[in-house]
Amino acid sequence: MRYLRIALAAACTAAAAPVAADEVVVYSARIEQLIRPLFDAYTRNTGVAVKFVTDKEGPLMQRLKSEGPNTPADVLLTVDAGNLWQASQSELLQPVKSKTLAANIPAHLRDPEGLWFGLSVRARTVVYNTGKVKPAELSTYEDLASAKWKGRLCLRTSKKVYNQSLVAMMLAEHGEAKTEQIVRGWVGNLAAPVFSDDTKMMEAIAAGQCDVGITNTYYFGRLIEKSPNLPLALFWPNQSGSGVHVNVSGAGVTKYAKNPQGAVKLLEWLSSVSAQSLYADANMEYPVNPAVKPHPVVAGWGNFRHNNINVAKAGELQAAAVRLMDRAGYR
Amino acid sequence: MTPVIELLEVRHAYGDHVVVDGLSLSLAKGSIGCLLGPSGCGKTTVLRCIAGFERIQGGEIRMNGIPVSTATAHVPTEKRRVGIVFQDYALFPHLTVQANVAFGLHRLPTPERRQRVSQMLEVTGLRSMAGRYPHELSGGQQQRVALARALAPQPDLLLLDEPFSNLDVDLRERLSLEVRDILKAHGSTAIMVTHDQHEAFAMADEIGIMADGRIQQWDSAYNIYHRPCNRFVADFVGQGVFLQGRVNGGGKVEIELGVLDGEVRLTALASGDKTPGLDLEVLLRPDDVVHDDSSPTKAQVLHKAFRGAEILYTLRLASGARVLSLVPSHHNHAVGDFIGIRLETDHVVAFRK
Amino acid sequence: MSAARLFPLLVAALVLAPIAVIFSSFLTPADEVWRHFASTILGELVINTLVLALAVAAGTAVLGVGLAWLTAVCDFPGRRFFSWALLLPLAMPAYVIGFVAIGLLDFTGPLQSGLRSLTGSGLPWFPPIRSRGGVALVMTLALYPYVFLLARNAFRTQGKRMLEAGRALGLTSYEAFFRVALPMARPWVAAGVMLVVMETLADFGTVAVFNYDTLTTGVYKAWYGLFSITAASQVASILILIALAVLLVEQQTRLRMRFSSVHAGGETPRIQLAGGHKFGALAACTIVFGIGFVVPAAQLSLWVFQATSTDFDSRYLEYLWHSLALGALAALCVTATALLLNYSGRRQPDRMTRVTLKLVNIGYAVPGAVLAVGIFVAFAWLDRAIPASLRDFLGIAPGALLQGSVTAMLLAYMIRFLAVGFGPLESALHRVTRSIDEAATALGQGGVRLLYRVHLPMLRGGLATAAVLVFVDVLKEMPITLMTRPFGWDTLAIRIFELTSEGQWERAALPALFLLLAGVLPVIQLTRASE
Repeated sequence: MRYLRIALAAACTAAAAPVAADEVVVYSARIEQLIRPLFDAYTRNTGVAVKFVTDKEGPLMQRLKSEGPNTPADVLLTVDAGNLWQASQSELLQPVKSKTLAANIPAHLRDPEGLWFGLSVRARTVVYNTGKVKPAELSTYEDLASAKWKGRLCLRTSKKVYNQSLVAMMLAEHGEAKTEQIVRGWVGNLAAPVFSDDTKMMEAIAAGQCDVGITNTYYFGRLIEKSPNLPLALFWPNQSGSGVHVNVSGAGVTKYAKNPQGAVKLLEWLSSVSAQSLYADANMEYPVNPAVKPHPVVAGWGNFRHNNINVAKAGELQAAAVRLMDRAGYR
Repeated sequence: MTPVIELLEVRHAYGDHVVVDGLSLSLAKGSIGCLLGPSGCGKTTVLRCIAGFERIQGGEIRMNGIPVSTATAHVPTEKRRVGIVFQDYALFPHLTVQANVAFGLHRLPTPERRQRVSQMLEVTGLRSMAGRYPHELSGGQQQRVALARALAPQPDLLLLDEPFSNLDVDLRERLSLEVRDILKAHGSTAIMVTHDQHEAFAMADEIGIMADGRIQQWDSAYNIYHRPCNRFVADFVGQGVFLQGRVNGGGKVEIELGVLDGEVRLTALASGDKTPGLDLEVLLRPDDVVHDDSSPTKAQVLHKAFRGAEILYTLRLASGARVLSLVPSHHNHAVGDFIGIRLETDHVVAFRK
Repeated sequence: MSAARLFPLLVAALVLAPIAVIFSSFLTPADEVWRHFASTILGELVINTLVLALAVAAGTAVLGVGLAWLTAVCDFPGRRFFSWALLLPLAMPAYVIGFVAIGLLDFTGPLQSGLRSLTGSGLPWFPPIRSRGGVALVMTLALYPYVFLLARNAFRTQGKRMLEAGRALGLTSYEAFFRVALPMARPWVAAGVMLVVMETLADFGTVAVFNYDTLTTGVYKAWYGLFSITAASQVASILILIALAVLLVEQQTRLRMRFSSVHAGGETPRIQLAGGHKFGALAACTIVFGIGFVVPAAQLSLWVFQATSTDFDSRYLEYLWHSLALGALAALCVTATALLLNYSGRRQPDRMTRVTLKLVNIGYAVPGAVLAVGIFVAFAWLDRAIPASLRDFLGIAPGALLQGSVTAMLLAYMIRFLAVGFGPLESALHRVTRSIDEAATALGQGGVRLLYRVHLPMLRGGLATAAVLVFVDVLKEMPITLMTRPFGWDTLAIRIFELTSEGQWERAALPALFLLLAGVLPVIQLTRASE
């Protein structure tokens, strides 16, 4: 009987509590430990409470779609430009005009219509085994398809959106035929079946299973922080060409936001100088706001030029990239 | 001829509880034996020992002259060539009738197996049921499947554990005769266990009355009934009462109803040893006391049980002793009436007091 | 219409609404995605899926039945311990075992590294763990407890009579196992293997760790990569149809059979293993328990111990409480519903009820996230369908049904895990013969009293099994919990998701260890109760 009472109490208390007037509700695909500190800081600074729920991008967008006008969400926060583009295509977001956001965020890292805004930059670059590869041997992503890397390359699975974006940006630059040739070249050079995550792939490079690979910088940062002695280093490719592939994590105001003003204020704060370090450093990413310096460790990896094509292009071409990789046998 | 099965001084105990205590029996090929006894007398345990489900602690069990169980050695069940019909039949519920019967024939080549199964189904009248599952059959049909399954591998010895106890009385009698015919037609050697004497009489060539883990008497049905070797057997088998008796001067036995004319078997004593004055207990069966209106001896009707053709009267004698009398049912008397009776004893059994 | 017929239909409506949402995807053509799949990866996905499902089904059947026989019927040193210990991998999510296996056995792992430095050369002969064999092995180790638990139940309650009958018909004890004990345990083994097959079909986490592409991978590729939830739902529908086909075929082949007789013939005396057999049994149990539980648990503990920055704080108690509460409530709801459904089937064994009862189990075969969307869409529709007047009357705000009430979560869990509760109860009911019902009814113990005084005591084992399986499954569940939880209702599984989604497996060890502890205790209790 006691258990039944507890059960009933739980069921009742868990029923939706009313949302306070100025509260902002966020659907976040960026994981809890990376955003909670920011929202806590926002609440401390402004007194405005932030309520959030995390999930993967796909389910979150589907959730927004099926909730329609009934959605409690004011902000959708995701970790990849492809998903932001998809959210805007599905008309889940509303355009925002904000001078502050326009000033804080470079144009290629936000939507031209103001549907979404990048909040941190992540670079996908080349990583190599310092014992086996000299930096001079490296040049571009495309070069990793050449015969000299035969049996020396490791890659993460093509199912990860980061690789889909990378190939999408190559599609934008080189067109279909040439990109497919490059991807086929990568696949032919693989030293081991593709890995399920960047960290495992870098460990394989460090252990000598292969010599070179492609990774997001923050995975490198995290791994080196844990095991500083691994013979690994980053290389910035395509510096004489289009630049290093970058992606963003970012956010937009939902179409049916109950508190759009509050949502915009939160986004403005997230792009501000005071919040950007916290936002980017939490995950060893690069701030979007040019006025903010990256974390010293991240800065230590050196400066690089990044690809200035609008990151939305990655979203637009993502499906094409996936199909191309399937054709090329990149699993 | 070597007996098919022979038990020599077999002893079995569950812990300290002795269930079979120095039991011996033997059975020749083609005969049907029966262990008859009240529940708890250890008869099922004997069967389980013969089957090899239980180990014995003393004595020896031999099949066809070869020891299969001793206190130290034990041939597993599957090597003994025994067939068993369980009280609950233990048909495999997930197999059809046909598959149940074929179950023990797994070492036969397929054509022979088929032939044997169809032969067994024919013999037991189950041909039309071949594709059914056990739960789709009546009790009697299940019983026959169990029999067919046990007989199919042509065991040296068939064991039947209370095989008819789950059936109604009518069916019980009919089936027991049917089963006997099947077994006889097969030339099977079988041991049955039951607590029902009618079953035992209908089925068995030889009957062993069991009590306290031993066989009290191993004999034909006729002798078990008419020549019980002790009071327990006399009491357990058939109906009857004991009356006080005494050997008179002429060496005849005299009881309240008069002098016994016929043969009087005196158990546990040499037959000639009828010393005058010896006190005896005489077993009177209901057919030893007949109704005769002209008889001077009267007895009062205490109780009557209508049996169709006959009525079984329980009567009180002048001394207060009771006797049973089986009377043709047109002699219908009310309880409390006094009726004339007389002895008609070709042979009776008497025990020394 | 009688309650016995109405109830399954109502539950079926609830369960099938999200499935209908998924199937409704066929109304919208997704030809482009299909053409692409057909010309590239579809063949590989189908083959991978079928091979994996078959391999895991066979592996779990062999392991589950074999270990169940050893611990239920035989006797050897350690038998008591293993009879509950071998269930513990149940509390370990399959993807955790997978990740640990790869960590230890891949090129970079300690074993291969050690061997390389020892021999001073490469190890071309070393079988790759990231392979079809590897993923099948790991899933077998993670999922065999389903079969083990159910088969063990069957063997324990089978009684000795049937085995004796087999022996008397000339079978050795070895043959008696294969020809009598195993066929008579078939509904139990089948129920266990069905759970395993459905879980394998729906699995994404484990195959993702191995980068082994199955139809479920195709679902997520269509959805996340090609942005086509339509195509994703269509692929998921195929998975549902496969599972349904397997379910119906298995059911059909044993439609007329029964698996219990009135008299079980008492407790089976254990077979005393001797000599080589004894040590073989001990070794088999030790190896499975070691690889399936000890090694992963030790690795998790090591990671927790090594973690420089400890994540542990008071919120963990909250996660734990949420996990336990959801698991317990779901176990209660699912078990009760499954029991009532089984009853309806018993009372009303007509064709429609029978098919309905099969259909309600299908939620378990759908990839979690797809089912989550189906559930969400169905709930959203329901939410909109409530007329404004009724809404005012009841005082519920628009969207309230969805925005997380625990009730909605429990409904969602029920849709997903009904099969887990249904199977064990269905097989347990095989032991309650109709004559027992009739005897009890004749004694005036009909209806609810029959349930309470006769069936519940007889079904105790089945009920406990069902409840524990559901509890542990809910504990491990991610996609539905993610999508339907109210704000702030984070659980241990969600914590694991947050950490592993960014590859922080070592940090995820802490919530995983908590999860393990929360799951292990009821599992131990379960076996204690059934001994």
